[in-house]
Amino acid sequence: MGRPWKLSFISAIASFAMTGLAAAEVVYHRGNAGEPKTLDQHQTSIDVEKNVLKDLYEGLVAYNPKGEIIPGVAESWSIGGDGTVYTFKLRDAGKWSNGDPVKASDFVYSFRRIMNPATAAKYANLLYPIKNAEKVNKGELKPEELGVKAADDKTLVITLERPTPYFLELLQHQTGLPLHQASVEKFGKDFVKPGNLVSNGAYLLAENVPNDHIKLTKNPNYWNAKSVQIDTVFFYPTEDNAAAVRRFMAGELDTNYQFPIDQLPFLREKLGAQVRTPPYLALEYYAINVTKPPFNDPRVRKALSMAVDRDYLAEKVWGGAALPAYNIVPPGLNGYALADVDYKSLSQLDREDQAKALLKEAGYGPGGKPLKIEIRYNTNESHKKTATAVADMWKTVLGAEVTLLNTDVKTHYAHLQNRGDFDVARAGWVADYSDPQNFLFLGLSNNRVGNYSQYNSAAFDAAMAKSDVTIDPAERMKVLRTAEDTMMKDGPIIPLLNRASLHLVSNRVKGWVDNVQNDHRSQDLRIER
Amino acid sequence: MTDASLTSQGGTAARGRSLSTLALQRLKRNRAAVASLIGLALIAIFCFLGPFLSSHPNDRVYQSYVAVPPSLEPYPAAATLERTMQRALERARVDMGDFSASGTTFRVTLTSPRPIDPRVTRYIDRVDEFDDARVVETLEEGRRLVVEGTVQRQWFLMGTDMSGRDLMTRIMVGGRISLIVGLLATLVSLLIGVAWGAIAGYAGGRIDNVMMRFVDVLYSLPFVFFVILLVVYFGRNFVLIFVAIGAVEWLDMARIVRGQTLALKRREFVEAAQALGVGTGGILRRHIVPNLLGPVVVFMTLMVPKIILLESFLSFLGLGVQAPLTSWGVLISEGANNIQSAPYLIVFPSIFFVSTLFALNFIGDGLRDALDPRDR
Amino acid sequence: MLGYTLRRLASAVPTLFIIVTVAFFLVRFAPGGPFDLEQPLAPQVLDNLRRTYNLDQPLHLQYLDYLAKLVRGDLGPSYTALDFTVGEMLRRGLPYSIALGASALTLALVLGVVAGVFAALRQNSTKDYAVMAVATVGVTVPNFVVGPVLQLVFGLMLGLLPLGGWGGGDLAHRVLPTIALALPQMAVIARLTRSSMIEALRADHIRTLRANGLPGRAIIAHALRGALLPVVSYLGPAAAALVTGSVVIEKIFAIPGVGSYFVEGALNRDYTLVMGTVVMLASFVVLFNLIVDLLYAALDPRVRYD
Repeated sequence: MGRPWKLSFISAIASFAMTGLAAAEVVYHRGNAGEPKTLDQHQTSIDVEKNVLKDLYEGLVAYNPKGEIIPGVAESWSIGGDGTVYTFKLRDAGKWSNGDPVKASDFVYSFRRIMNPATAAKYANLLYPIKNAEKVNKGELKPEELGVKAADDKTLVITLERPTPYFLELLQHQTGLPLHQASVEKFGKDFVKPGNLVSNGAYLLAENVPNDHIKLTKNPNYWNAKSVQIDTVFFYPTEDNAAAVRRFMAGELDTNYQFPIDQLPFLREKLGAQVRTPPYLALEYYAINVTKPPFNDPRVRKALSMAVDRDYLAEKVWGGAALPAYNIVPPGLNGYALADVDYKSLSQLDREDQAKALLKEAGYGPGGKPLKIEIRYNTNESHKKTATAVADMWKTVLGAEVTLLNTDVKTHYAHLQNRGDFDVARAGWVADYSDPQNFLFLGLSNNRVGNYSQYNSAAFDAAMAKSDVTIDPAERMKVLRTAEDTMMKDGPIIPLLNRASLHLVSNRVKGWVDNVQNDHRSQDLRIER
Repeated sequence: MTDASLTSQGGTAARGRSLSTLALQRLKRNRAAVASLIGLALIAIFCFLGPFLSSHPNDRVYQSYVAVPPSLEPYPAAATLERTMQRALERARVDMGDFSASGTTFRVTLTSPRPIDPRVTRYIDRVDEFDDARVVETLEEGRRLVVEGTVQRQWFLMGTDMSGRDLMTRIMVGGRISLIVGLLATLVSLLIGVAWGAIAGYAGGRIDNVMMRFVDVLYSLPFVFFVILLVVYFGRNFVLIFVAIGAVEWLDMARIVRGQTLALKRREFVEAAQALGVGTGGILRRHIVPNLLGPVVVFMTLMVPKIILLESFLSFLGLGVQAPLTSWGVLISEGANNIQSAPYLIVFPSIFFVSTLFALNFIGDGLRDALDPRDR
Repeated sequence: MLGYTLRRLASAVPTLFIIVTVAFFLVRFAPGGPFDLEQPLAPQVLDNLRRTYNLDQPLHLQYLDYLAKLVRGDLGPSYTALDFTVGEMLRRGLPYSIALGASALTLALVLGVVAGVFAALRQNSTKDYAVMAVATVGVTVPNFVVGPVLQLVFGLMLGLLPLGGWGGGDLAHRVLPTIALALPQMAVIARLTRSSMIEALRADHIRTLRANGLPGRAIIAHALRGALLPVVSYLGPAAAALVTGSVVIEKIFAIPGVGSYFVEGALNRDYTLVMGTVVMLASFVVLFNLIVDLLYAALDPRVRYD
């Protein structure tokens, strides 16, 4: 190999990590795309935190490698009270890394903590379906009044405000991971530091050097420890993903999350099946300002949407790391039939013909009033290329005058959320839980922050409200579907693409399964060196 | 004699003219500088006139030619034509029969279980490779069409970028921005920096301390916020680029000039001028600044690349050039992202960038020598 | 000289105060806050966060609060790296940045001065042009190009050196980032040294020394003293920038320094982290510029402060 440094590097790490273990220790070098902002599951908000937290902790339920809900700490559960009472039976073998048993009261403590306004948890609202949760989070009720009770050490009862068919999906989110009450109370804010942190998952926290690495070692007290094959996991915050690709190619990383989309064809050629680009629940879209002429005219909005050649965007601009999207809800959600978009079945040329006709009808474009459009986007290579391509399409097909405007990400979203003036703006949404509601709520008229288009439809709002009180899952999906139909007809947004999650997975790594949830626990993997 | 200007007290007007003609003569004798001037002029002409002569508009997206490597041969390559046609027809949802292409024309047979809409030719015209597709024969009640047309040839001497735009044209329009910004912003920074530094150094004491602490303050402020606020409160404006760059880039210049001035003001010729009753302004203009030229010129030539690259960071924050316009800094940073998969994207802009700066260096050295007060 | 040093140190306090004050308000007037995320937070959640971090107070009270804490050495909690305080982050990252910056600075200074003197002594020869050409390329090619090229050549193609990580600070991990960081500085120093060395060699007193038959080495040493003045001027702020890290180099080579906090903090609107970096940079700038001014007097006896 001619790489003496590498051997010494690996052996140095290995010998460092080995504390009396056999020589066959398995180390996993995992590129994690960014620095976790926190290892406190109640402060967490992003996926790189999820990857670490789900290795450290186990919730009541979890995802298997395929992204299906499986029992976690809870070995079984039953649903009663017309879908409003969940009773979880906890495993007898469940233990914390310090040997304490995992008790129902740990979950009670944990849910109360996330709802406590003093915790200021970023994703507290995700668990608002729990009875009294919103009131507790607003400080109107005491945390003790939250609808989470421990019937005994191994039985947890969660009462909901109303039936929430996707509740188990919410529980698998990293905010649903339990906390070890004694250590949190003892160390306060410092409970997340190595040596203090007590976890109940497959791993425990050995080191945390910000911007360098996080080291996890196998938790011998984990109930399923015997099936955990990897002994040590190093998470690296590989923020410069082009550099991370080079490190992966040199064998320094076993897997890496995220790579530059521009390089996809090159990487496919060099690395073959080690490049993984499964679609996930992520929507890339353009919001149209429906309050401003000419964009308040649905015909203009539809024309703009039809003139976008999504196949080109998906294949060329995103190099196949995305699929064309016509709906606000991405495909892949169980039991949900996507709304029909009438022009989806047309060829692109026919779409363009109809788009021109629609625009003419509305009085714009060649022969009518000039159509001026400014596309706002946050600075990013992919967004720039997308905007460049869309501008070119609107220019050549519709004869529009298109300008681009980029700002840094905070300025961009602050502008949109503060209702700043814009024509068309780039936005994206990644699902927090696998349910159509998690996409459709973007169109609610009372969604002050996320409804950038300022879409306001009584019919849509009514359908969404109805879905909240519909208990039968199949019936509920139908109601949501009518909501999506309404929204797609009005077209306040232009769905562009469903993004793929981007991973490099070395051939050495076994057991990696692509899934739409983009959820990959180290404990499900093996490494063959 | 160290300082020639001492000998030419009095007739300032005549001296000014003769000084500049003298300097010009000396500059002309410096072959490296003259060659560099010509080279720089050629690059400028290439950038400013090139886009008018180029067959590609700088923002034209060739969907068929995304990130194609540079080639002296025209695109499309003959071998790829059949596949391209196949893909075009897939989108039209008809099957391809025989296909032949010779030189600049092609002939293809389309088949389908149903009669084919003759408008199908638009699918063929739509790809960048083909043009003028027309039905020349209709067989089997329209289920079989023979179509002929021309193959459109395009040259991409430096390849295309990741969006399918001609790189050479983009280097030209990018060069316009970068040359203007690089030279003008440098000039602005130079004027402020030299004036500030010379005054601070010459005045010394409390004035020096206050002026230089002001420099420290500006140096320490978070530049990103300064730029963001400029964008937010003043919108997009070309002038703001100079404001943003000018605000930071003169600081180093001021420090260097002040350092030199501190040493210069104790020199014999300055003290002699003071003894002769020459005013502060006169001393600064005639004795201090001309003797600062060496480090100033060198530092100026170092500033140009910094400023050109800084401009790409401004673009990142929304100031500076907006897509689809571009600059060399933006092209180089885009190229750096694809250094493994498409190295030509960094090589070509870099060639222009580096040559320009080489030329500027030689011109700078030549200017310094020509203006050096000791050498005349 | 002692008096001057004391006066300068005294003036550092108001300088830092002005910097902190201007920066505090500058930062707050930018659109977007630390909790305006790409996936927007629920209004209730946002209220809780703002209350927890005191962001619901009037701005002038926040400012006074910040000043009061700063005087006690408390830089506050980070709004993005929630598990750490800004003080912890800077304390943890600074040693890496200083280690890297110092080695880059040393390398740049030694090689830059040697190359500059070498070129100056052979003014307008082929060797001079060759050295200056290399220096020009060094200045021109940005570090976001140099970094990847070094990784490709020495890491991927030759397999000689690791591509990233600090690796406990061993030499192998430090070589590439040090070179990438030093290269542009080296080039600047070489050019500045050459130009002022040429001038120094032409100065009357050097000519006199030479006429008196002083050996070449001594003349060079003598000329170099004066010639280093512009280099030293340049080095003050450059050194402050180097030891506070480079965001580009740290990202490319995955080094856990503080350089990334400057841009990251700003883009995340992590107000306290930005202020922390400002205080840190300002302290270094003030300190290094004082050292530079003292060096002037040491290098050139004509420089006097009074």
